Amino acid sequence: MKNSNLKPWLYLLPAIIFLVLFMVYPLVDVFIYSAEEEYNSASQTYSGIGTYNFSYVLHAPFFLQALKNTFILVIITVPLSTGIALLISLGLNSITKLKDFFQTTFFLPYVTNTLAVGLVFMILFKKTAYSEGMINLLINAFGGKSVDFIDGPYWAKMFVLCFYTIWIVLPFKILILTSALASVNQDYYNAAKVDGTGRFRIFTKITLPMISPMLFYLVITGFIGAFKAYSDSVALFGTDLNAAGMNTIVGYVYDMLYGDSGGYPSYASAAAVILFAIVLTITCINLMVSKKHVHYT
Amino acid sequence: MKVVLKHLTKQFPGPNKKTPGTIAVNDFDFEIPDGKLVGLLGPSGCGKSTTLNLISGLETPTSGQVFFGDDDMTKVPVENRGVGLVFQNYALYPHLTVEENIIFPLQNLKGEQKLTKEQMKEKALEVAKLVQIEKYMERKPKALSGGQQQRVAIARALVKMPKVLLLDEPLSNLDARLRLQTREELRRIQKETGITTIFVTHDQEEAMSICDLMVVMKAGIVNQIGRPQDIYDDPINLFVAQFLGTPPINVFTGRVENGKVIVNGDDVFDAPGVPDQDIYLAVRPEGFIPNGTRFRYMRERREIMGRDVSIIFTHENALNPNNRAIVSAEENIPEQPGEAFFDLKPAKTFLFSRETEERIRF
Amino acid sequence: MDNNLSYKNIEKKAKTRNLILKILTYTMLGIWAVMVLFPFYWMFLTSVKNYGSYNAEYIPKFFTLSPTLENYSDAFTAVPLGRYFVNTLIFTVVTTVLMLLVITFAAYAFARLKFKGKDLLFTLFLALMMIPNELVVITNFQTITNWDMRNSFLGLILPSITSVFYIYLLKENFEQVPDELYYAAKVDGTSDIKYLFRVMIPICRPTLVTVGILKVIECWNSYVWPRLITDDSAYFLVSNGIQEIRENGFGRENIPAMMAAVVVISVPLILLFLIFRKKIMEGVSRGGTKG
Repeated sequence: MKNSNLKPWLYLLPAIIFLVLFMVYPLVDVFIYSAEEEYNSASQTYSGIGTYNFSYVLHAPFFLQALKNTFILVIITVPLSTGIALLISLGLNSITKLKDFFQTTFFLPYVTNTLAVGLVFMILFKKTAYSEGMINLLINAFGGKSVDFIDGPYWAKMFVLCFYTIWIVLPFKILILTSALASVNQDYYNAAKVDGTGRFRIFTKITLPMISPMLFYLVITGFIGAFKAYSDSVALFGTDLNAAGMNTIVGYVYDMLYGDSGGYPSYASAAAVILFAIVLTITCINLMVSKKHVHYT
Repeated sequence: MKVVLKHLTKQFPGPNKKTPGTIAVNDFDFEIPDGKLVGLLGPSGCGKSTTLNLISGLETPTSGQVFFGDDDMTKVPVENRGVGLVFQNYALYPHLTVEENIIFPLQNLKGEQKLTKEQMKEKALEVAKLVQIEKYMERKPKALSGGQQQRVAIARALVKMPKVLLLDEPLSNLDARLRLQTREELRRIQKETGITTIFVTHDQEEAMSICDLMVVMKAGIVNQIGRPQDIYDDPINLFVAQFLGTPPINVFTGRVENGKVIVNGDDVFDAPGVPDQDIYLAVRPEGFIPNGTRFRYMRERREIMGRDVSIIFTHENALNPNNRAIVSAEENIPEQPGEAFFDLKPAKTFLFSRETEERIRF
Repeated sequence: MDNNLSYKNIEKKAKTRNLILKILTYTMLGIWAVMVLFPFYWMFLTSVKNYGSYNAEYIPKFFTLSPTLENYSDAFTAVPLGRYFVNTLIFTVVTTVLMLLVITFAAYAFARLKFKGKDLLFTLFLALMMIPNELVVITNFQTITNWDMRNSFLGLILPSITSVFYIYLLKENFEQVPDELYYAAKVDGTSDIKYLFRVMIPICRPTLVTVGILKVIECWNSYVWPRLITDDSAYFLVSNGIQEIRENGFGRENIPAMMAAVVVISVPLILLFLIFRKKIMEGVSRGGTKG
């Protein structure tokens, strides 16, 4: 008996060790850090427990800029990417020829390195003294004025960031939605057609309710993921995001940890905890909304 | 509204370009009269569901036409045909209540046919009462039993006053007790509304009991069309004879020689004018006269059923190891096994060509 | 007949409407396909453009008349791209292999073995899935620094090994192996370990392969952690290596060479994807729907 109780734990041991070391312990630690004031990583001392770190972070201009950027990113990309993914999935579901080709193509961004491809985007969108850049070529062709999307006005930079973010997250959403759409029982559609239902009504009254759990899942994870945006921005604007004014909350956390200011785990922790709180709140709101709108079979 | 199928064929594409696909519906050409309850009957894979789909428009034919009355509906899309369809699995919208399910088709009416909310509710209530489901209007489908769900499905199909009502295996998902009850319900509803109703089933007893007209199919080909009793009494081929009737018909191999049917050396039946050939001799259970002189058989046992007595017997030339004759209880049937003789009632005895399985009439 | 006419009308309308919808659909899909593929095309195109001619283009050209491979050689010589590549290879392979080992044992324990507290422990594991990486990184950074593992493979690999998510996926798959097989094996005197290696793993190989591939993709594209703990370029991976090149290397001046580097980095995964396409998409989809 004793033997058999011990063995499973042995099997689990490696997993448990890694998880505790690199997940549980850090979690607890971060909360402690965020509360310890004026932590000095060199001497490993701190002056007291309080909310100083939080107030520091909440007043730091770089953090506020990052907060603003992140919020705008979230508000724009989550609804847009989900909506576009839905449209594309509907389209994919309705065709037979070339379906494979499209599905493969659309999934490509998922397996690519965000940093690497971000560079390409940077080149396409950037306007330098030597070259207009690909995108500007397009804009000019439509009669618009050239804009530097990488080093230019804020709205242009935000635009590229949103566009690139949507580009990156779309594959996953398309994949989930196409399988959700495919799982709706064809009989419901047939019944609706026999009842003389028009296309749009079928979509709103049958398709949407049937895929609402998946749709909702994408919205929740979409929000969570968007709040954690970081590497997309770096890919476009470089590691010094503050200089470009395009930092994100997560970027600020890393800056505090490692960047030029170097070694302020307390501030980093505080910022991280704030982020966590925001994400938790939004998720709770989402969950409450879903109770009303999502239909689970 | 009568439904006319003109040389209707549906062939499904094969797995690749070389192999042709199955022909599910092969040159169906018949008319379903207005206001009747018609059954499409046959074993699985005979094409009955496909026929239903062709009539409703969910499938398009490879060739041929579908008419509602005098209108050619062949190319008209599903949503414009005005049929009501009750799916085998009911396909009730799970996220809507019973009332909302029933109202759904009404909300699609446009233009001058558009109804107000009150009118829709009224109609829904009316048809719900017809199928006796009005007590459950507020429930969602998953809170209903199978039989109740089906009634909702019927209500939803009827509420828009369709020209044709189609039902796909309406009774197969119900337990035996409910099946009998629902069968009668269907008949009652059809008589009350007078809508041309076509339903698909593989259960011949079901079809026989309520249809005005039956279409018996096998492997995409219509074998026989007619009233249930007519088909039972006058089957056109061996398949139809075997498919209808419970208990099933008893079949033996034999031969016609000199106007007489010879089975296993015995002269069992007269067939004047029939050319010599190998045949199948088929006899309904009620077609055996006990204590006869011509048809030799080996009695295994008897079953007393009050009003009738069943004689279970074997025969060398029988297609089935167990054969059943049903006779009146007043006949004297010994209990122990043994050899005995039957005489055959001509009205219940059929000859089929061994080669073509077609009925030999004489 | 009046009725017939209106039906003909309906037929016609339906036909045209279907056609229009089809055209619109294909157009929309086509547009997005172009938007997805164009960056790759551009990436590749630029990487073979001659340095001189690239910089001379005020208006970018869609093609090049004189493709060259010299950017590739530049990419490997001017910066230690080869080194980054090898590092990433080592990191990816070691991490994936170790992870597969760890989660196989863990999933096996949860799926097949009986022990006290199993359910509680698994629930705890699941709860861990909710912890965002960003929180955890902070302390891990401190930990690794304290253990003096900055700029080392160990530092890169260790925190990246476990993922509760993959344990969960694998456990589900293990649980689908019928109990009877286990009992039969036990009766034959098979030890648990033997059963794991002789029966479970072969049966569940597809899932293991999928999980492995997903982890490979994750490792190959990993940026944040390497960026945080390595500042010695000898230990850079491709992603932070690329970043380094962009800012301090020839990034500013030699775009074609940069693109060559980017192509080199992206190609392995793209190839992997094209080969294992169905598996990858299935795996991600299952993972997504289980979430």
